[in-house]
Amino acid sequence: MTMGSDTFARISAIFLKELVQMRRDRLTFAMMFAIPVLQLVLFGYAINTDPKGLPTAVHVEEQTPIVRTLLQALETSQYYDLVMQTDDPRKSAALLARGEVAFVVSIPAGFTEQLIRGERPQLLIEADASDPAAASNAIARADAILTSALRHDLTGALKSLNPGPNPFELITHAKYNPEGITQYNIVPGLLGVILTMTLVMITAMAMTREAERGTLENLLAMPVQPLEVMIGKITPYVTVGAVQTLVILVAARYLFAVPFIGAIWPLLLGVVIFVLANLALGFTFSTIASSQMQAMQLTFFFFLPSLLLSGFMFPFRGMPHWAQWIGEVLPLTHFLRIVRGVMLKGSTLVDLHVDFLAMTAFALAAVIVAMLQYRQTLD
Amino acid sequence: MSALAIDVTGLVKRFGDKIAVDGVDIHMPKGEVWGFLGPNGSGKTTTIRMICGLLRASAGEGTCLGYDIAREADQIKMSTGYMTQKFSFWNDLTIRENLEFVARLYRMTPLRQRVDETLETLGLTDRQHQQAGALSGGWKQRLALAAVTMHAPKLLLLDEPTSGVDPQARRDFWDEIHRLSTNGITVLVSTHYMDEAERCDHIVYLANGKLLTEGRVADIIQESGLVTFRVEGDSVRRFAGALQQLDGVDHVSYFGNALLVSGTQREIIEHAVEAATDASVRWQEVRPSLDDAFIALMARAGGDRRVHA
Repeated sequence: MTMGSDTFARISAIFLKELVQMRRDRLTFAMMFAIPVLQLVLFGYAINTDPKGLPTAVHVEEQTPIVRTLLQALETSQYYDLVMQTDDPRKSAALLARGEVAFVVSIPAGFTEQLIRGERPQLLIEADASDPAAASNAIARADAILTSALRHDLTGALKSLNPGPNPFELITHAKYNPEGITQYNIVPGLLGVILTMTLVMITAMAMTREAERGTLENLLAMPVQPLEVMIGKITPYVTVGAVQTLVILVAARYLFAVPFIGAIWPLLLGVVIFVLANLALGFTFSTIASSQMQAMQLTFFFFLPSLLLSGFMFPFRGMPHWAQWIGEVLPLTHFLRIVRGVMLKGSTLVDLHVDFLAMTAFALAAVIVAMLQYRQTLD
Repeated sequence: MSALAIDVTGLVKRFGDKIAVDGVDIHMPKGEVWGFLGPNGSGKTTTIRMICGLLRASAGEGTCLGYDIAREADQIKMSTGYMTQKFSFWNDLTIRENLEFVARLYRMTPLRQRVDETLETLGLTDRQHQQAGALSGGWKQRLALAAVTMHAPKLLLLDEPTSGVDPQARRDFWDEIHRLSTNGITVLVSTHYMDEAERCDHIVYLANGKLLTEGRVADIIQESGLVTFRVEGDSVRRFAGALQQLDGVDHVSYFGNALLVSGTQREIIEHAVEAATDASVRWQEVRPSLDDAFIALMARAGGDRRVHA
């Protein structure tokens, strides 16, 4: 009988116990699989960083073919959904204030006449910019939409009014996601977010539950080493993480048609390291927290910055430097780069080696802290 | 190898400013059954935890089964069975699953057979697939005893194992303890029940973290110097108040239809009883109860004067 086989026996004892307990806790068990599906549906279908069809009120003081052309162009662009016409500026201002419309388009009387005379009349678009992200794309495109619409109308005698060609031709390439489909970015990111949330929380509960229920004293009274407890407790949740990954990847492919350009192996390696990093962190939390409530709070303390500073919600490079530094520490940041890189750009292990190393370092640090924190006595 | 199962000297445990255990010595020979007594908060649980390596002693030293309590906790854990005061097995596992978990941790083989045997011995076979959380106090206690004894420990540390279980279960439990003891297992059991204390070879009594007294039951009663008279007669209870007021009478307790009058000086009590009662009562000297002996010892030590029910 060697030390090695003793260790293995004790790890598998803990593992089997956790497995039974996990299976018996039906609600938590269901949540582990319901959460990914629910979040996928919610975020995948609901979040759109390029919102279109925004409700728009129109305040027009004259009806001419040119005005109709302009309004139609806005409507056709899909950014603006012309839901109502008003004849009173105060009424349209109130609509905007109440949030019933996101935009008010005002075309004053005499607009067409001034236009024809080349007096550059004003067309006003008022936007509810309380959520800048919601309105910015629509506003940014308004000029182009309207100008190109006029080109078609200003022919014949009015041709001289047609704005001349730009002195240069601007070419834009939206790479990796040319159509700007939000899901291509969101769904791979969700893989990281969902794994972070469920795995950190579940393992954070793992030891605190033993402490709270009084079973920790029993566990400590038996000859089992901290690392054995940790491995035994974490292993069942590695399986959970694997199943969640599978669910999300299948959904990404068949529900959201997210392209998968790179090889699967770098992605799976990334998943393994990322899952271990999260589980080790959760275990660390559970050695620090003295109640399940505290474990939950610690989880959210970690989860929120992960969500906000990793580049999942907001563009990473758009954050101030200090925030980027915090982001660089978080495993989710590196995991997102790996997942998006592999799936959307076809990146390889070599391309992403910095992110793999950073995640590994985090995982190791979490394991070490957990081991130092784990108390072998009740002191 | 030492003939002592537990050999600790000057054990101290501080939690912050509070001293829970204050210099306790225990020298317990192998093969005996010892009772560990004392009021709530006297330091019994803390002492047991230090002995089995669950708490680090703030001061003092010693061995348990020959292993150093500070440095060889793992070896101690291998060969002791510790039953916690509060049920500490897994409520969401069945009886069988709990035992299987323990059996795997201690690498018992063949697993299934060892679990079956343990279930059989402790009469748990019929209930093996019930979840522990659904069991009554007596069955939980049986499960806990099964779980802490199945790896054949040399020393059992039982912390108030019978609190909250019915008399039949208590008696079965003690039969099991004596059966284990016959097989050579050393048992240290903490309890509040005096009838259980009297089943022990030796008693250690803690008060306020200090060892108040120890010895055989008869020795402790003698050491207390207590004399008890049993006073019987028609409506004898009406004298209780008067008796309690008298000098020399330490304690008057009701015992069914009789009164037990205790004190340390025989003549004074005799005179007192005569003076405070009338011809209708009969009285005779009886063996003082262990309860009264402890209370007398506590009072003499200037400690807690509370009278425990």
